[in-house]
Amino acid sequence: MSNYIVKAKEVTKTFGRRLIFEGISFYHKGNGIFGVSGPNGSGKSTLIKIVAGLLSPSRGKIEHKNQNKDIIPEKLHNHIGFVSPYLVLYEEFSAWENLNYFARIRGIRFEKERVESLLEHFLLFNRKDDLLKTYSSGMKQRMKFIFALMHNPELLILDEPTSNLDVEGKNSVYRIIREEGENNIVIIASNESTDLDLCSDVIHLDKYKN
Amino acid sequence: MKSKSFSLFLKDYHSELRTRYAINSLAMFIIVAISIIMFAVGQEKVSESLTGGLFWVVIFFTAMSGLSRAFVSEEERGTSLTLQLLSAPSTVFSGKLIFNIILVFCMNTIIALLYSALFETFIIRNFSLFILSFVLGNFGLAISSTIIAAIIAKAGAKGTLYPVLSFPILLPLILTSVQLTLFALDGTSIEQAKYELAIVVSYDVIMLTVSYLLFDFIWKD
Amino acid sequence: MFKITWKIVLFLLIAFVSVAGIAFPIVENPRAWYEFPLIPGLEENAKIIFFHVPTAWLTVVAFLVSTVYSFKYLRRKNLDDDAKAYSSAQLGMVFCILATVTGAVWAKFAWGSFWSWDPRQTSIFALLLIYGALFALRSSIESEEKRATLSSVYSLIAFVTVPFFIFIMPRIMKGLHPGSADDTNAGPVVNFKMNSSMFLIFFLSLIGFTILYFWMWRLSYKSIIYRDKLDKKLIRG
Repeated sequence: MSNYIVKAKEVTKTFGRRLIFEGISFYHKGNGIFGVSGPNGSGKSTLIKIVAGLLSPSRGKIEHKNQNKDIIPEKLHNHIGFVSPYLVLYEEFSAWENLNYFARIRGIRFEKERVESLLEHFLLFNRKDDLLKTYSSGMKQRMKFIFALMHNPELLILDEPTSNLDVEGKNSVYRIIREEGENNIVIIASNESTDLDLCSDVIHLDKYKN
Repeated sequence: MKSKSFSLFLKDYHSELRTRYAINSLAMFIIVAISIIMFAVGQEKVSESLTGGLFWVVIFFTAMSGLSRAFVSEEERGTSLTLQLLSAPSTVFSGKLIFNIILVFCMNTIIALLYSALFETFIIRNFSLFILSFVLGNFGLAISSTIIAAIIAKAGAKGTLYPVLSFPILLPLILTSVQLTLFALDGTSIEQAKYELAIVVSYDVIMLTVSYLLFDFIWKD
Repeated sequence: MFKITWKIVLFLLIAFVSVAGIAFPIVENPRAWYEFPLIPGLEENAKIIFFHVPTAWLTVVAFLVSTVYSFKYLRRKNLDDDAKAYSSAQLGMVFCILATVTGAVWAKFAWGSFWSWDPRQTSIFALLLIYGALFALRSSIESEEKRATLSSVYSLIAFVTVPFFIFIMPRIMKGLHPGSADDTNAGPVVNFKMNSSMFLIFFLSLIGFTILYFWMWRLSYKSIIYRDKLDKKLIRG
C-alpha cells in the first residue's frame, strides 16, 4: 500500500461568475477506488482536473502528500496518472516512441519490462511499432491507460475510463483498476453504473450546487 | 531539468521531421519575401541603410509565419493536456524556447547568406559586431515570439493575430537591431555600439524573466 | 450632497480651464494675472499645453492603472479587476488618440508636418499599437476567464517593453518636442518659460482632467460589471 494522501478542503470552483460546485471535501489515504458522478455539465471533469493540479480551485485547497511530505505543484505530474477523453497522444509517433519520449520528458528511467507488460495487458504489444494515427479509437483509449500507468503513479485519475471500449477492453480496464486500487488511490469520474460499482465511495456533484 | 526540456525539444524536432509543419512554410516564406523585395527594387541601386532595414523586415515576417507553430501545433492537435501531465510549465517553455531559438538561428542565417549574395550593398564591414548583434537579436526574437505564440495558441486565433501582438513587443528589439546592423555595415567599432548592445542584452534578459514568470498563467487554463 | 457638489466643482473647473486656456491673451510683458508670456517660436501655439499635456498624461495614467489591475487579476482571479483593467485601457486608448491628434495638429504648425517620427511621437505610436493589439486579442477570445487571463498577461509583457523606448528613441532620432534634450529654440517650456498664471491654468487643467478620468473610469467599469451580472441573472434589473 502506498503512503499517498490526497486531501480536498472546501473546494469551490467558479467559471467567470458562474458557480460550478461548492464546498467539496474529502480525504483519501493509501489505497482504494473512489468515484465522482453527476449529470453532464455538473463539473466532473473540472473537479478531477482540480485534483490533478491542472486547474486551480477558486476557493479551498487540494493537498497531495507522499511519505508525509507535501508535493510541490511543479513535481505533482510524476505522481499522477490521468486518463481523459480529451487526452490526445502524438499521432505521428508509434506507441513505443510515444512512451519513450514520455519517460524522457518526465525525467524518469524508461522501464522496458513494465511498458512491455502493460502493452501485453492491453493487447497492443504486436502493434507497438505502428504509428498512432493507424489505431482505432478503442486502441487509442487503451494506449492512454499505458500512458497513465507507465510511471507507477500513486494516484490514478480516470475520466470516463470505459468510453469507446468493447466488452473485452472494458474487462481489461476493470482488471487493472482493481489491481491498482489494491496499492494506490484511484478516482473515477463516470456516470456508468458498472464503473461506479467498483468504487467504495462516490461523490454526487449535484449535491454541491448550493 | 535541462535534460527534460531538451527531451521535449527532441520530441518536437522528431515530430517536425515527420510532419514538416514549420520548416516548409518558413523556407518558402523566405524565398517569397526576398523575391518580392528583389522585384520591387528592380534595377535600382539600394542604399546601404535601406538594406539594413529590409533585412529586418524579412526576418520579422518570416518569424511571424513560422514561430507560432511550437504552441499552435500542440493546441490544434489537443496534445497540450498530454504535455501538462508530463511536465512542469517551466520545462514546457524551455523546450519550446530551444526549438524556436534553433529555428530562428537557421532561418536568419539563411536570410543573411541570401542577402549578402543578392544585394551588392549588403557588405558587412565589422563582422564581429554583426555576429554579436545577430546572436543577441535572435535570442530576443525567439524569446518574445515564443511567449506570444503561447498566448496565441490559447486564444485559439491562428495566424492573423500573431504579428499584431508581436509587433509592439518586438519593436524596441527591431529598432535597436536595425541600428546595430547599420553599424556593422558602416564598420562602426563594437566600442561605439556599446549602448545599443546593452539595450539588446537587457531586452533579452528582461523578456526571458517575464516570460518564465507569466508562462504559468498562460499554460494552466 | 457631496456627490453633486464635486461634480459641479469639476464642471466649473474644466469650464474655467477651457475658457482660460483658449481665451487668455499672450503678450510680450505680462502684467495682469490673466496674461501669458510670449514664448519665441511658439507664440499662440503654446496654448496647446493646457489640453495636449493632460491627455498625454492620462494616457500614461490609464495604462498604469490598467496594468496594475491586470496584475491584481492574475493574483486574485476576480473578474471585477479585469473589468477595471479593461475599462481603463479603453479610456487610455481614447486619450491616446486625442493626444496623438492634438499633437499632430500642433506639429503641423510648429514643425511644419503632421508626423515626423519624433521620439515622443514614436513612443505614443507604440502605445497605440499596444492598446490596439490588446483589444484585438480580447475580441478574439470567447471565454471570459481566458480572455481576462491572456489579456492581463499580454498587458504585463507590453508594460515591460515600454521603458525601452525611453532609452532607444533619443539615440535613433533627434527630438523636436519641447522638453526633450535636443530641443534648443522652444523649450524646455515647462521649466522656466511659463509664468505663474500659465502654471496655475496648466495644473488646474491637469487636476481637472485627472478627476474626469477617474470619474469616467468608475462609471465605465461599474457598467461593465453590472451588465455582466445582469446577463448571468446574478442580480435582478
